[in-house]
Parts: sequence; structure tokens; C-alpha cells
Amino acid sequence: MIVELGHYALCLALVAAALQAVTPLWGVRNDNVAAMRFGDSAAQVQFLATLGAFAALTYAYVVSDFSVRTVALNSHSAKPLIYRITGVWANHEGSMLLWVLVLALFGAAIATFARAVPLAMRARVLAVQAMIGVGFFAFILLTSNPFERLPLPPMDGQGMNPLLQDPGIALHPPFLYIGYVGFSTAFSFAIAALMAGKVEPAWARWMRPWVLGAWAALTFGIALGSWWAYYELGWGGFWFWDPVENASFMPWLLGTALLHSAIVVEKRDALQRWTILLAIFTFSLSLMGTFLVRSGILSSVHAFANDPERGAFILVLLAISLVGSMVLFAIRAPAIRERGVFSPISREGGLLLNNLLLAAACGVVFVGTLYPLLLDIATGDRITVGAPYFNQTFGPIFALVAIAAAIGPFLSWKRADARAIAHRLRIVLALSLLVPVIWAALTGWREPLGLAGLGLAAWLFTATLVDLGRRAGIGAAPIATVLRRLVGLPRSAWGLYAGHAGLAICISGVVAISVWKVEAIQTQQLGSPVPVGGYEFTLVDVSQRAGPNYQSSIATVAVSRDGEQVGLLFPERRWYPVERKPTTEAGIRTLWHGDLYAVLGDPAPEGQFVTRYYYNPGVAWMWLGATLMALGGLLTISDRRLRVGAPGARKVPVQAQPA
Amino acid sequence: MARIVMFMAAVMLAFAVPSPVQAIDPDEMFTDLAQEERAREIGKQLRCLVCQNQSIFDSNAGLARDLRMVVRERITAGDNDDQIITFVAERFGDYVLLEPPIKQTTYALWAAPVVFLIAALGLGAVYLRRRQPVIEDGLSEAERAEAQRLLKGGDA
Repeated sequence: MIVELGHYALCLALVAAALQAVTPLWGVRNDNVAAMRFGDSAAQVQFLATLGAFAALTYAYVVSDFSVRTVALNSHSAKPLIYRITGVWANHEGSMLLWVLVLALFGAAIATFARAVPLAMRARVLAVQAMIGVGFFAFILLTSNPFERLPLPPMDGQGMNPLLQDPGIALHPPFLYIGYVGFSTAFSFAIAALMAGKVEPAWARWMRPWVLGAWAALTFGIALGSWWAYYELGWGGFWFWDPVENASFMPWLLGTALLHSAIVVEKRDALQRWTILLAIFTFSLSLMGTFLVRSGILSSVHAFANDPERGAFILVLLAISLVGSMVLFAIRAPAIRERGVFSPISREGGLLLNNLLLAAACGVVFVGTLYPLLLDIATGDRITVGAPYFNQTFGPIFALVAIAAAIGPFLSWKRADARAIAHRLRIVLALSLLVPVIWAALTGWREPLGLAGLGLAAWLFTATLVDLGRRAGIGAAPIATVLRRLVGLPRSAWGLYAGHAGLAICISGVVAISVWKVEAIQTQQLGSPVPVGGYEFTLVDVSQRAGPNYQSSIATVAVSRDGEQVGLLFPERRWYPVERKPTTEAGIRTLWHGDLYAVLGDPAPEGQFVTRYYYNPGVAWMWLGATLMALGGLLTISDRRLRVGAPGARKVPVQAQPA
Repeated sequence: MARIVMFMAAVMLAFAVPSPVQAIDPDEMFTDLAQEERAREIGKQLRCLVCQNQSIFDSNAGLARDLRMVVRERITAGDNDDQIITFVAERFGDYVLLEPPIKQTTYALWAAPVVFLIAALGLGAVYLRRRQPVIEDGLSEAERAEAQRLLKGGDA
């Protein structure tokens, strides 16, 4: 019964979305305040209905109602409660339901909190948001109904891939979706602006908090997925340039560009058309990502749905949104005027460069991801575009992004003083060269690319600190003044510094683990130590244990350095009898400079075991840097200027008192 | 024939989720460290045909192991790295190469990054040149004096 109510709620959400897509626009056209306000209520109803549907499906999973098809196919009664809940979105139907839940959540949040946005604009935004909703509610109801019942329910379910029975991967999709579905708000604001036929600085201010929130969640979500791969797949890999990873990375790249170009629109009344295009393309990439993952068209680590009908449906949605928005853009964009003027060497110029480089980097990932697919379709020739391609092409372009990110904050708006900046950059360069030089003195000069990467990270980090110091007046003002200035810096400034420093820290971690990782693979006797990058790993014991829905061999590995004990690692091999699949749980000890990482392999004759040990330098830095970036986004949202509830810049004539 | 079998296997297993890894087995390893290092570097450039985007170095699939053994045999036979990679690619197709080879059908793939970078910078330059009626510094002496007077709180 509850399941049927869920199905009904989902239909209700579709109806609410359909009304919300039309009525507010009619209201704007006919100057009807009530019709415009209808958008707010409809968005809230749509969200509550979707939430109800989601809750109903969750209920079916929790009570293990195997008469529901997705539950029977993807769950099992022996699964711990937490994974019965997260199992809701670990399959095609449930994850699409999560998708629309996030979409509706953003719509309702705009309706509820974006009161500063003039009514006519909000009405248009919500209408566009609802159009996307109509498409995806229809998609779910027509092709992927999560509430479908089985005529003959099985006694028990088929279980869930044990690799996904893990806290990291359980939280990965919600953050990822808040990220890339959240970019729908950028799309809606862009289309709303095109409908209105004008883009003013305030428009960018209305849009930015939503984009920032989505971006921060996406940053965190990608990091979470990468972390999971690192500890769960068992060889310390964290990024594979897998098409499905790229599908979330492309919106991230373009979304990063969008964040920056929106600043120019807001502060300087320039780059409007470019910003609108970015907003449209960022969300289009999100849609494309959904298509790639959900259609199963790519064979890859994450794809678990394979149904051409679904793929075609999403492709049609993508085509409609892309063609529609491009036509609208072609009609309306020529009338959009850019008023701000600036010289090429200026903050605006720097942000433009950042945008172009990020767009180029995104283009490379796009081509690398789709090329094998298109080539296969066109010629039948099968090729693989793997990590070596991306490292050689994306790497250098992104290095330019990082170089520019260091210089950007030094530039003043409109026109920067090139000479003063060159002076400051010389100081930064001198300081940042110290890092690779010291590192090379310690470890040798064998890895020029690695040293260059460290130098790059140091360059960005130093420049960020130097700029912060300059703004606080370090060296020019007394300590008390410096402190007061630091406290008084706007949150968005802290957001900038946290974001850029986070990127630098993240780059240093990626470079360190890619270049200086140490690995040892061997058949090991209990009690005999193995040297790994200055540490000694000793296999102390292997014992058997039973988990809630798996059996486990768990090893105790003692790690010491120069005779002193550093810590114990507990790598595991699990066997999930229901799914008939093994998993490995790496034993990891995180030190500030790197991870000690142990994997237990098969038993070998004579009481020996195959073991794999790693010293992975800089790992914690990657996650720390990514988290800092996400935090930077949140800091910027909390800036007074962007606060969602802050009073609007101006009143719009149609805004009237509530009846 | 081997190639066809491989592809059929690849298609069949294309959507399997990867198993956790016990990739390289100690008893397949070379005792000679330099040879082992070479085998792994080559292994990282070859794709496991039945896996999702894993190299044979990272994969524990039986076919990946077979391919690693082929690489090791060729090393023992004295082939150099390029010969080995060519040897494998000739038997299993370019699909096995993680780094796509430069050939007629991949010119566009390899040209894309360069084209994008040039296009991005070019577009930026054109945009800046076309739109910028850059306001030159240009205050005249008289204007500057007037500005000073106003700033000092002279009568407005």
C-alpha cells in the first residue's frame, strides 16, 4: 500500500511540475501576480510529493518488501539496515528517484529562500526548473518505475554489490547529485535571463549562491568517490579517467569556470553572454553525464545499468534542452549589452583567461571521453583512451590553469599595475622554487615532472598566502591592525583563499602519490618483515571472523620505522555469500605525509600469504585540499552580499503584497 | 581467432563490476628487479580486455594475468618495450593500448587539445581586442589638478 502511495506521489509530482512549468510563465506574460506566485507553491508541492515517493521506496527497502522489483533485484534481508537504506540509490531506478528529489529540492529551496529574487524572475526560474522536472519525472514513470511490483515475489532478494556496501560510496551519489543536478539552477537562471531579454549584475548575485552550493557539493562528492576507490579497490588508485568519472568531472570544470565568470557579471557588468553559455553548457554536461551513466553505453567501473530505451529517452531530453536553449540564446543574446570596460591585464582579464583555459581543459576531457564511442559507431574501430592520454593533454592545460590561478588574485579590477605584479610574482617564484629544490635534495633529481608538479603546487600556495598577507598589510601595518583586517575580510575573500590554497594542496598530493609511491608485492611468512620505503611491514597474524553478511579473513600487520613501532594495520578479505563476491578492505594508517597501506592476498602454501604493501605519500593532502575547496565555496555563500535572504538590490514593479 | 574470442569475452564481461585486486602474483614476478620494473611499466600501458578501464598491471582477471605472462615471455626473449607493445597490439588490436596510437582515425583525437588551447586563447584575444575601447589612463594635467582640488574638499 505504501509503495502504491509512493507511485501516486511520484505522479503527483509530475503534475505539479507540469503546472509549474506553464502557469508562472503565463503569469509573467499577463502580469498576473497570483499565477507567478503559483510557481512557489507548486515547487514546494513538487518537492514534498517527490520526498514522499522517495520515503515510500526507502520504506520498501527497509522492510525488505521483495514484491517490489528493484528491492528484489538489489537488496537482501541479511543486509545491515544502513545498507538497506543506502541501497535505495545504489541501482538505476532508485538513483533516478534521488536525481529528481535533488532537482525538486533545489526548486523548492529557490521558492522558499530566494525571496530577494524579484517575483517575475523567480517565476521564470521555477518554470524552467519544472520543465526539467517534467522530463525526468516522465522518464522515471515511463522507463524506470521504481515501484513496479513482481507477480511472484521471491523469498529473498539478490543482494547488492558488496563493493557498494560501504559508507564512502553510500554518500557519494547524494553529494554528486546535489552537485551536478544542482547546476540545473544555473541553467534555469540562464534561461530565465534570456526569456527576460536582459542580464544585469544583480542576476549574477541571485544565481551565484546556488551555483556555489552545487559546486561545493560536487567537489566533495568527487573527492568522496575517489577516496572510496582508493581504499576499496585495493591498489591505491584514486582516479582512473574512467568515462563515468569524467562525466562528473566535466561539469565540475565548467562549473568552476561559471563561478568565476559570474563574479565578473556581478561586479563589472561584463561577460554576460559567455556566462549564460557556460550556465547552459554546465548543466548540459550534467545531463550528458546522466546519459552516459544511466544508459550504460560505456563500459566502465561504475556503469550498472544497461538499457538502450532509457538512454534514448535521456538523449532526447538532452537534445531538447540544448537545441531549445541555443535557439533562445541566438534570438536573445545579441540584445544583451556589456557595459563594463577593462584592460586585458586586469582581474576581468585574468578571470576570462581562467574561463578559457578551464573550457579548453573540459573540451579535452569531453573529446577523450566520447571519441572511442563515436569512432566505434562511425567506423567500428575500437580504441581505448586511457590515463596516458589524459595525463599528457589535460595535465599541461590544467597546469596553466593553476599558474593563472596564482596570478589572478593579484590583479586589480579594470586595469592592473603590471610592474608591481611582476615584482610580487618574482618573490612568489623564488619562494616556491624552494620546495622542489629541498625535495630534490632529499630524494634526488630523478623525477623532473614530479618536481615541476610540486613547484606548481608551491607556486599557487605561496601566491595565495602572499596575496592574503598583502591584503592584511603584513609588514606594512602593526600586528593588531593586521589581525583586525584579517578578521574583517569578507567571507568571499576567505572563500577565494581557501579555494585556491585547497587546489594547491590537492595538486601537491596528486603529484606526490603519482610519482613517489612505493610498492612491494610478495609471498610473506608470518613474522618476517618486508621493507617498504623506509618502513618495515611485518605480518603478525591472520584470523577468521564473521561479519553481519560476510565472512572475513583479517590480518594484523605491524609497521615499524628504525625499530620503532609506527602502528598496526588490519587489511581484510571479505566473502559475501549472497552475492558470491569477494571484496578487499585495505588496512590504512594515515600519517601527515602519507599513508601506510596494506592489502591481504590469497593464502599461499606452508602458511604463507600473498601481501601487497604501499607507502602512498601525500594522500591525505588530496582529500584535505578538495575539502578545503568545497569549504571555500561554502564560505563564499555565507558572505553577506550573497546571503540568499539578503534584501534585493531593487524592487521590480510587478512585485506586490501577498493577498 | 584469438582476437575474436577476446572481443566476445570483452563484450560479455564489459559491464561486470571490477573485483578487488590481487593483481600481480609474487610467483609470476621476475627476480631481476630491472626486468620486473620493465614488465610493470609495460603492464601499465596495456588494457585488461575484460575489465573496465583497468590496466593489466592493476587487474586480477585471468586474462590480464595471461597478458602479463605474454609480456614477461617477450621480456625474457629479449624484445625491447616497443616491440612488446607492438606484439600485443598486433594480436589484440589497438583497443588493448591505454594510450591510443597516432593513426588516421586518431589524428583528430590527438589534435584536439592543441586546437582547443589555441582556439581558447585566440578567441580570448579577439574578444579583448574587439570589445575594448580601453580607457587610457588619460587625465590631463588640468583634470588632475581639478580632481586634487575636489578631493581636498574644495567647493563642489
